[in-house]
Amino acid sequence: MDGRRYTLIVIVLIVASIYLIRIFSLQVVSSYWSDRGTALTEKEVVVYPSRGVIYDRNLKVLVTSQTVYDLMVLPKDVLPFDTTRFCEIVNLTKEELKAILKKAVTYPNVKYKPSPVIKQMKPEEYAPIAGELYQFKGFYAQARTLRVYPEKAGALLLGDVGEVTKALMEKYPEYKKGDYIGLSGIEKAYENELRGQRGIKYVFRDNLGVERQVANGTLDVKAIEGTHVVSSIDAELQKYGEKLLQNKRGCVVAIEPKTGEILAMVSSPTFDPNLLLGRARGKNFLALSRDKQKPLFNRATQAQYRPGSIFKIAQSLTAMQMGAITKETRIPCNRALIGCHGSHSMDDLEMAIVHSCNPYFRGVLQRVVEGGRVKGSRNKDAHVGLGLWREQMMKFGFGTNLMTDIPGVKKGMVPSPEYYDRAYGKESWNFSTIYSISIGEGEMLVTPIQMCNLACIVANRGYYYSPHTVKSVGIGGKPRPEFLEKHDVGVRSDYFDVVISAMEKVVGPGGTANGAKLQDIVICGKTGTVQNEPRKDHSVFVCFAPKENPKIALAVYVENCGFGGTWAAPIASLMIEQYLNGEIKNVEREKHILEQNFLNQ
Amino acid sequence: MSRNRNTSVVGPIDWTIIGIWIFFIVFGWMTIYSAAYDSEHPMPFDFAKEYGKQMMWIGISVVLAIFTLYVEGDFFAKFAWVIYGFFVLLLALVLVIGKEVNGAKAWFGVGSFGIQPSEFSKIGVGLVLAKYIASIGGGQLKNYRSRVFSAVIIGIPAGLILLQPDVGSLLTFVAFVFVMYREGLSGNVLIVGFAAILFGVLSIVSGASTAMIPFYGEQSGVWVLIIVIAVLMLLVLLYTRNFIPPRNRRKMYVLVTVGAIAASSFSYSVSYIVDNILEKHHKERIYVMLSLPVERKDADYNSEMAKITVGMGGFFGKGWLDGPMTQNNYVPEQWTDFIFSAVAEEWGFLGSLILIATYVYLIIRLMLIADRQRSEFSRVYGYCVAFIFFMHFLINIGMVIGLAPIIGIPLPFFSYGGSSLMAFTLLLFIMVRLDSERWSVLK
Repeated sequence: MDGRRYTLIVIVLIVASIYLIRIFSLQVVSSYWSDRGTALTEKEVVVYPSRGVIYDRNLKVLVTSQTVYDLMVLPKDVLPFDTTRFCEIVNLTKEELKAILKKAVTYPNVKYKPSPVIKQMKPEEYAPIAGELYQFKGFYAQARTLRVYPEKAGALLLGDVGEVTKALMEKYPEYKKGDYIGLSGIEKAYENELRGQRGIKYVFRDNLGVERQVANGTLDVKAIEGTHVVSSIDAELQKYGEKLLQNKRGCVVAIEPKTGEILAMVSSPTFDPNLLLGRARGKNFLALSRDKQKPLFNRATQAQYRPGSIFKIAQSLTAMQMGAITKETRIPCNRALIGCHGSHSMDDLEMAIVHSCNPYFRGVLQRVVEGGRVKGSRNKDAHVGLGLWREQMMKFGFGTNLMTDIPGVKKGMVPSPEYYDRAYGKESWNFSTIYSISIGEGEMLVTPIQMCNLACIVANRGYYYSPHTVKSVGIGGKPRPEFLEKHDVGVRSDYFDVVISAMEKVVGPGGTANGAKLQDIVICGKTGTVQNEPRKDHSVFVCFAPKENPKIALAVYVENCGFGGTWAAPIASLMIEQYLNGEIKNVEREKHILEQNFLNQ
Repeated sequence: MSRNRNTSVVGPIDWTIIGIWIFFIVFGWMTIYSAAYDSEHPMPFDFAKEYGKQMMWIGISVVLAIFTLYVEGDFFAKFAWVIYGFFVLLLALVLVIGKEVNGAKAWFGVGSFGIQPSEFSKIGVGLVLAKYIASIGGGQLKNYRSRVFSAVIIGIPAGLILLQPDVGSLLTFVAFVFVMYREGLSGNVLIVGFAAILFGVLSIVSGASTAMIPFYGEQSGVWVLIIVIAVLMLLVLLYTRNFIPPRNRRKMYVLVTVGAIAASSFSYSVSYIVDNILEKHHKERIYVMLSLPVERKDADYNSEMAKITVGMGGFFGKGWLDGPMTQNNYVPEQWTDFIFSAVAEEWGFLGSLILIATYVYLIIRLMLIADRQRSEFSRVYGYCVAFIFFMHFLINIGMVIGLAPIIGIPLPFFSYGGSSLMAFTLLLFIMVRLDSERWSVLK
């Protein structure tokens, strides 16, 4: 019978060998089973980077991110659950829960698409729920980041952030569904810096689909946080500007001439940027976009106004540089040719600027355009002259987007000879056709930021830096390289003396902007009153201060309220006081401005 | 062995077996701890968790083992029928007052604990079979009467278990067929058994699809198998006659014809039973094992998860408490029948090899120990122990790695459960005690 013992031993050994071969093939030879196991147990979780913070120039937080959680329900996955317990942990009444669940399956919601149960829970509200949620199939939390605006100012300037749309995803394939993208303002312009880089985290998932413990982490790709940016904005000045323009339509642009850094950019009426967050966004956005006062329209960069009298500054500099006039040139105030105001008759350049003498500048442009460059034809002469004039104007930044970092900047309009050819027929126009542009009316269109830039050019005596809203990418960093590039306007610096002197007189005794005078700071400015038939004129003022070593240049537009010296100039003056002194001594002036309401004019 | 040792109460003990037992229990408990691990209850003695309870069962089993070593070997031979009768009685009783778990009335419920008499009944069968075969003389299981008597000894508890119904436990009784083979049952039993498995599998596989039979239309695929058997039979009859001496031809014709008819009717019966008599979930389990298409989508869930869990192990394993599949509970109740998957995932091929090699060593060592006994009773009992372990090993690990259908039986010393741990400990230690008396007077 011993042979049988060996038969049995062989059977045992054969079985054991077959099993070992099978186990070896499951574990070592083929990766099929372990790949399936990995796919089951490991889950890739996308880690969204936190978006960079936007600071003001004094490192005050203007925009930051906050993580919130939406509790979602996918009705098709919901199994019968302990409603009492659920209501307890999420702090709802049973009736509320019932209503929410009913709504989740009622048109337009459908049961195979997730619907929110509770939106935007703060982390401290979500934390106690997180551990319990696995018991309730079909319910899950979704983390989201919201932008919050602690200073409640600079809505259009800072811009907003939203989920990428299909169109944007096609344009930028690196964005995936659910990603956020800057849609306007600094958020859009500095999207690449602010967004950071997505990371991947591998977590274990158990048999119920609950993510449990973090896997060893060696394969994880860390999310890279967005870079912070330091904007050039002075939060206090921005807020003060918004306050001054309350109940008015208009805008204020303030730039530091030495650097081109935008200190404030107010477009009024404005709104609290926090209105466009999360839950209420849709509703509020609709209301804002339907508002007749157009709060979503950035007047500082998109409104194209006729420049009016302030354009005489650019006109003077261009004419001198082109040799058409000198500062001694006198031209009679012939009111038969064009209207004027005040009493003067034969001003030189400085006084003509101070008086804003229209016939004088008509004469100036005539000398520029009809320079006798082409003999025999007045029309051809004007064609060439206007072309040269336009070239110089473009150097001041007119008719260009100034290469700012602000999305959606309008270029304005400097009419070209070709433009008039199209309008009137080739060479069938001459100076007498186009003279209204001499005083900044007619076809001329400028944006407030271009006017402010002009003030910078004067303050700098001949150059400017492209206005920009971010002075440092990363804290202690540099602006984008293009903003360190000096743009020379090609006008001899001594030509600026007469203009600056005139601008000082404008704010001095008897000047049109005397009401903007400050005790301790010399302001150089120029008022403008832009005709706006049939409604009231726009009140305009450009200036810089102090006269020596200028720190701030401003352009102020107040729509449909009247004379430039009355409204725009005092606002500019208050802004300068705020920025340079940090406090307002002219309380009466401030009160007078704050009380005005021009919204319905 | 020194004479000194022999004079102690306990004779020369086979410490290797006890070493393996300790190794299995420690390894087993660690695996249960890992498989049932719950970070909120990390204490090994936490009775809310399986590893805490198992700790208690291990304690009881150790006491039981030591106690068994102090019982005279004679006692087991003398009281074999009493022990057998006692467990048969329990098996009958459990049908009346038992607690139904997973569709089988196999448990006596005592509070939150349960006792499964079928695990213990194998000890009784082993003892009685050993006693009976010893009485007729070892290796003499040749006449009709002794075979029938042995079959009845095995059949009574087996029948009661079938009534529960607990197919898994029932199958482990096949262990005694191996023992009977060792003691003289014709080797044809094993050949027939193997042929039955072969034709059983073939008939299920072919029966799973339908086939167009000329003149009879669409029929179960098992008919294709029967036709193939018939054709093979004819070919054998026609072409082998020249190689067989004329005097043997008649015998050969009969053998081949009877064999073919038996194979055909067996195949048809298996196919019929699978299709019409077996419950749906049993049929599904068989289909899953044979990789046949199953209607219900997740019918193969357990089997798939077990294979994935094993596959995750790789060569060196993921490490104790670090198996992603085990720690995340993909295999349902993995601390019981599927516990080998946890071993394979966390200890890899290396751990699986050690476990299987140790098992094989235990089984073969038990056979060798059995053969060194002077007492026929001890020898037969030894074979019973060896093949009960073998059957559990065969079915349980085969199930986990997808080579056997899903049949719920424990892996001795590894699977969580008091009844099986105590029963296997008793089973093994009775043999250790019997072995320790091998030098004493011939019984």
